[in-house]
Amino acid sequence: MRYAILIYEPQSGFEDRKSPPDGAYWGAWMAYSQQMNAVTTGGAPLEVPETATTVRLREGRRLVQDGPYAETREQLGGFFVIDVPDLDAALDWAAKCPAALNGVVEVRPLMPMTGQ
Amino acid sequence: MSPPDARAAAERAARASHGRLVGLLASRTRDIAAAEDALAEAFARAIETWPQTGIPDNPEAWLLTVARRVDGNAARHREVQALAEPEIVRRIDERAEAGPATDPRLELMFVCAHPAIDPAARTPMMLTLVQGLTAERVAAAYLEPPATLSQRLVRAKARVKATGIAFALPDRAEWTDRLGTVLEAVYAIAALSDGDGELLGEGVHLAGLLAAELPREPEVRGLLALLLFLLARRAAGRTPGGNYVPLEEQDPATWDHAAIDRAEAELKAAAAAGRPGRFQLEAAIHSAHCWRRAGGETPWPQILALHDRLSTLAPTFGSEVARAVAAAEVHGPEAGLRLLDSLEAPPGHLAHAAARAHLLARAGRPSDAGSAYAAAILLARDPAVRAWLEARRRQL
Repeated sequence: MRYAILIYEPQSGFEDRKSPPDGAYWGAWMAYSQQMNAVTTGGAPLEVPETATTVRLREGRRLVQDGPYAETREQLGGFFVIDVPDLDAALDWAAKCPAALNGVVEVRPLMPMTGQ
Repeated sequence: MSPPDARAAAERAARASHGRLVGLLASRTRDIAAAEDALAEAFARAIETWPQTGIPDNPEAWLLTVARRVDGNAARHREVQALAEPEIVRRIDERAEAGPATDPRLELMFVCAHPAIDPAARTPMMLTLVQGLTAERVAAAYLEPPATLSQRLVRAKARVKATGIAFALPDRAEWTDRLGTVLEAVYAIAALSDGDGELLGEGVHLAGLLAAELPREPEVRGLLALLLFLLARRAAGRTPGGNYVPLEEQDPATWDHAAIDRAEAELKAAAAAGRPGRFQLEAAIHSAHCWRRAGGETPWPQILALHDRLSTLAPTFGSEVARAVAAAEVHGPEAGLRLLDSLEAPPGHLAHAAARAHLLARAGRPSDAGSAYAAAILLARDPAVRAWLEARRRQL
């Protein structure tokens, strides 16, 4: 089954991105994504939440706002798509995610589409 | 065999095989609802056919064959059709080849109590899927409209399929936690079965199944022992006229001694592993309460010591109340009251209110005890318990 691993990080997690590329923070992320390589079918890290812009259409008008959709303590920082046998396997990968230590990692099955 | 006999036999076989067959049919597709539909059809055919043909030598295999044919024929279950018979046969063969096979009900129980499943659905799922009770029967035990419970079950089963929960035993790394949620779900039956021996019997059955499959897990055997103690003394908790009898006033001769012996044996086997846990400690407390069987007195200091260990290891509100009562027996009612009052009682906790009333009465504070009994009486749902509390209040 295919699952999205959605990574929600606190502000401090986003700040850690400024740390040196050969330091502990980036080292953990590199190791994680390399370890998961065999089961990963997609995904991307996202820029910091302040770079987000939201759009909604109401009564024909386009309402554009700066900032992410929800002002929550943790913000979506990136995602992986993995293909594994079952939920427990997906949860195991989620538990190994560096952000599981200070943020929240959500595991969500991809909706099966006809023809897949 | 007469039709009513065959019908009864079919129903017995259906109940006995329900969990195994659901486990086998749903393990590959994770589609529990489809497995149940197919089984219901197979049971209906059994009731129709068996009175004519006689009961087959292996009723379970007969039911499985028919169920998988039904399931395979149901066009709406494409996945099932794709896997169809060869896959199921292969799985059964695999199990046979793997030597002493895991009971499919064990995997089903781990599915029901998966942490990704709504905790409120776990126990009802076990009772309906593994034990084959109807949703109506289980809803009655929860004092809930059957439609509400059915909805919760439908949602939980849909979640098993949608989230991809595996019909497999968890990994070693997760083992303790996952087994813990299974044991909690079985133990929850005890809380439901005030006066309901049938349901407690179902709990003993589930715990027995776990113990047979996982004999090296001391907490599993501890839970089985605990439920057996409860079952053994259940009947003694009522007079023939239906009046409530508290544990200390029960005549040990009215206890089910075979069940207590079995409980003691399970507890002993569990303790031999040297890994104490919550259920073993609770069972040990029940075992101590059974000392009166041999004519002795209730060993309150030992009971308090066990409660103290339980309190460090796995405190629950209910066990803390029982600990306060034990402390009162050893150190006097004031000590018990101090402990009780240090607990943050969730609103409407009957055991807490009743224990407080009891200890206030013993501490020679009849007026406080009177209002405490009044509070407890309001909380008592069981009419027999209410009548008993009212009698205690009158005696003040």
